[in-house]
Amino acid sequence: MSRVGDGGIAVEVTGLVKSFRRERRGRPWRRRPGGGELQRAIDRVDMSVRDGEMVAIVGLNGSGKSTLLRVLATLTLPDSGSARVFGRDVVAEGGEVRRHVNRVSVEASFFKEMSPWENLSYATRLYGRGGRGTRAAAIAALTRLGLPRDTIDRPMKQLSRGQQQKVAIARSLLTSPSLLLMDEPTTGLDPRSKREVQGFVRDIRRQSGVTVLLSTHDLDEAERLCDRVIVLDHGRILAEGTPHELRAEHATAGDGATLEDVFLRLTGKSFDDDTEPGAGEEAS
Amino acid sequence: MSALRVEANAFLGFFERQRNLYRRYWVWEVVWLAYSIVSTLSIGYLASGLTTFNGPGAHAEIARVQLYLLVGSLLWSYLSLVFFEVSFAIGWERWEGTIEYTFMAPVRRVTHLLGICSFAIVYAMLRSVIILAFVALAFHLDLSHADVTAALVVLGAATLPVLGLGIFTSVLPLLSPEKGEQMTVAVQGVLLLVSGVYYPVQVLPKVLRAVGQASPLTYTLTGIRGALLDHMGVGGLRGTICLLLAMGAVLIPAGMLVFARAERRAKRLGLLKRSG
Repeated sequence: MSRVGDGGIAVEVTGLVKSFRRERRGRPWRRRPGGGELQRAIDRVDMSVRDGEMVAIVGLNGSGKSTLLRVLATLTLPDSGSARVFGRDVVAEGGEVRRHVNRVSVEASFFKEMSPWENLSYATRLYGRGGRGTRAAAIAALTRLGLPRDTIDRPMKQLSRGQQQKVAIARSLLTSPSLLLMDEPTTGLDPRSKREVQGFVRDIRRQSGVTVLLSTHDLDEAERLCDRVIVLDHGRILAEGTPHELRAEHATAGDGATLEDVFLRLTGKSFDDDTEPGAGEEAS
Repeated sequence: MSALRVEANAFLGFFERQRNLYRRYWVWEVVWLAYSIVSTLSIGYLASGLTTFNGPGAHAEIARVQLYLLVGSLLWSYLSLVFFEVSFAIGWERWEGTIEYTFMAPVRRVTHLLGICSFAIVYAMLRSVIILAFVALAFHLDLSHADVTAALVVLGAATLPVLGLGIFTSVLPLLSPEKGEQMTVAVQGVLLLVSGVYYPVQVLPKVLRAVGQASPLTYTLTGIRGALLDHMGVGGLRGTICLLLAMGAVLIPAGMLVFARAERRAKRLGLLKRSG
């Protein structure tokens, strides 16, 4: 599968809305169809990402980051508006979109009894690859991510959280996506693993020109890795631009202002106050 | 890369994945196989024990009852495993947390489900052969009236509607992350009750008998018992075979259609994300 993209627009989102119904607890026969509180996860979002660009989406838990990435991955259907990936509509042309997109989620989801190799072989086959040369490519990717050679045939459950996340990144890249959706890929990693993953993403992007949408809590990571930053809060885009532009436009602390200051100014909240969304609520 | 090659690769991927999972969980598989062997043998010995109530004169009839029960037990072991494998295809992915990755892949759902179904048939067949070997060692089965070819043809035809039922049931964990798997087990239990696995459906109350008439397992069991106990050939079982094929021809596409609708609903409500 070859990468697509002609240097034009990779992602185009227009007036996108997605709401989820938060079911009330209680006996099923007492719940009315269509009852419960409706919560808007994405609220009329407009955005575009150029081919080859790396864009960070920053926001607290429940801000709509993951839902936005899920819509682009064709895992969630929007209520209204449109989202196009390399010119293809994610709803009407979902099959075509899926050929060019892959995703790394915050939880490294694997068949835990199977080895990294078995999981990677399965994933590549689903994208029409696999067979000869795949094992060598998998070993090369894992070695570059700093994973010991002997881990490739051990059950995933024996690997640390950081090692599992590296396998998840290798899984997404072995399918040569044109658009890589990274949903908090370094959350929960130790500083060393975090640096290794960030370095790998930077290298891959430089070498392959893949378009990356990175959802993150880490404003420092967003600034170091990404060309542009989008600030999302309660499903709405509050600001977007290069880190330099955001600081120039929104910071009040003068030259020494950080993206954290910008975020605080825009949302009135700090990442230190961040909490997980409630039960039954669609997360971030 | 041609579309056909992509789908063939994906099909192989699902087959390999299931094989690798069973290889990794081999201890559990040995335990379940042992359990199936023991329960099949118990049913055979239950029939043997009936002679103690009826006296030696009833021996010939008891041998027939024994074969009747063992056929039911073996068939249930095969068909319920095929059904289980297919209907748990989604439940398993929810449990492992991989469901989003599978549904995000550029694979047709028919390829996905066919890959799972094919492994299920091969695995269930191998398992049933092992159980059959133990049964053959333990009991002197009288197969002098058996038409094995006809039995195998019925079995082949029966696999199709069972796959269709499995696809239908696999929708449950897709729609209900919390209770879908339990509902799948309940469906399996109902099939066991109404399909005449261990008794003729005529002994059931009217309502259950009516439900049993809709179960492909009922016709499968009747057909295979006809072939193995009463020497009915393919010609004599033509009606049963055609009925099973027709049920498969309806249930498989209908199951796929229902699955596609359920997938769309799950994507609309955000149900793929939750792991139950």
